[in-house]
Amino acid sequence: MKKLDRNQMAARVARDIPDGSVVNLGIGLPTLVADHMPKGREILLHSENGVLGVGPRPAPGHEDEDLINAGKEPVTLLTGGSYFHHADSFAMIRGRHLDFCVLGAFQVSAGGDLANWHTGGADAIPAVGGAMDLAVGAKQVLVMMEHLTKKGESKIVERCSYPLTGARCVNRIYTDLAVIDVKADGLHVVETVEGLSFDELQRLTGVPLKRLLTAA
Amino acid sequence: MPQCSAIIFALVIDKLFPSAEAALADIPNGATVMIGGFGNAGMPAALIDALIAQGARDLTIVNNNAGNGDAGLAALLKAKRVKKILCSFPRQADSWHFDALYRAGEIELELVPQGTLAERIRAAGAGVGGFYTPTAFGTKLAEGKETRRIGDRDYVLEFPIHADYALIKADRADRWGNLTYRKTARNFAPIMASAARCTVVQVRETVELGWLDPEAIITPGIFVRRVVKVAAPLQKAA
Repeated sequence: MKKLDRNQMAARVARDIPDGSVVNLGIGLPTLVADHMPKGREILLHSENGVLGVGPRPAPGHEDEDLINAGKEPVTLLTGGSYFHHADSFAMIRGRHLDFCVLGAFQVSAGGDLANWHTGGADAIPAVGGAMDLAVGAKQVLVMMEHLTKKGESKIVERCSYPLTGARCVNRIYTDLAVIDVKADGLHVVETVEGLSFDELQRLTGVPLKRLLTAA
Repeated sequence: MPQCSAIIFALVIDKLFPSAEAALADIPNGATVMIGGFGNAGMPAALIDALIAQGARDLTIVNNNAGNGDAGLAALLKAKRVKKILCSFPRQADSWHFDALYRAGEIELELVPQGTLAERIRAAGAGVGGFYTPTAFGTKLAEGKETRRIGDRDYVLEFPIHADYALIKADRADRWGNLTYRKTARNFAPIMASAARCTVVQVRETVELGWLDPEAIITPGIFVRRVVKVAAPLQKAA
């Protein structure tokens, strides 16, 4: 089978973001999606620190310390972009004005629960940022993660063992092996990577999957 | 606590202070202090340095983070002036001063989702006694909190965060305390300005009354008590 690398995963997510969408990309892996947006689509990126219309990374030497994204990386502003304060920024999120958010995850449950902020370890310092607001606020919550942990365990689980970020909030899961929709009646496999059969994916995944294959 | 007031000469309102030291001189031990900024963008570095020099201790700090590197808020933490911090994202690659205090049990942490933090600050400034938010429902951060089903959704009751002082950074100010900001450095500043009894602003430039376009003023002077001009290196244009 041909596992997707990080850039291929980002490109796969980007392909599903329609023209005219307003999107928030989480810190880390999801941020890569910005680099793969199909040319010609007008898509507005929202960053929760207070900017709508985030543009590409500035050329070296042109960074502005007053213009950063939620990951605190230097960015630019697209023509037509705007700035606003934090309460307005989270009104956009919580008030259901964002079409999509793309978040990383430790685990997603069969019912769409998301765990991505805390390992629950006694010595771990918790940090949540805007993840809980995005999880309940965006119209569509897309999760992007590797299918398996480094130990080979499925990150798609019956019940999250890590503390929840949001309950029943995930709409679609993109992994390096498959695209899976979370629906009321369970998990539907939309596609698998080349050379990976449904049965093999099912064997690797901790919970029952339904066939909705458009390609195998 | 000493009166928080602007210097008033006859009928002239003048909130300009000669130095950060003068503007922060009356912060007492045990004060709740909001500090603006998201990472380094909008962080009022000169005011934080002046707060460290001023010496107030047992502070409760409200900020999105818990300090980066060794300067600013991180230095205030390192100086052991902070008894409690309310923030959304303390753990970062360079938050070593907070991490050490937290692991040693020397600082109390109230972890608040970022949007709830912003709205609790906004609520304080707007005179709202509380609000129901869907954020964090069903999670550890809602444990023990009152919840309510409204329509077809579940909500968590959250309360405002008031502060004695807010230390923020803006781009320009006039002597009435009207403020404009620069790009994403705005972040928490406008809502913190409204939520504190005494808001102290560090600005890059002060201008004559009337020079700021009234349509471009983001924080009206009513929310500001003291303004300090801090010489800063020229900002690069994006």
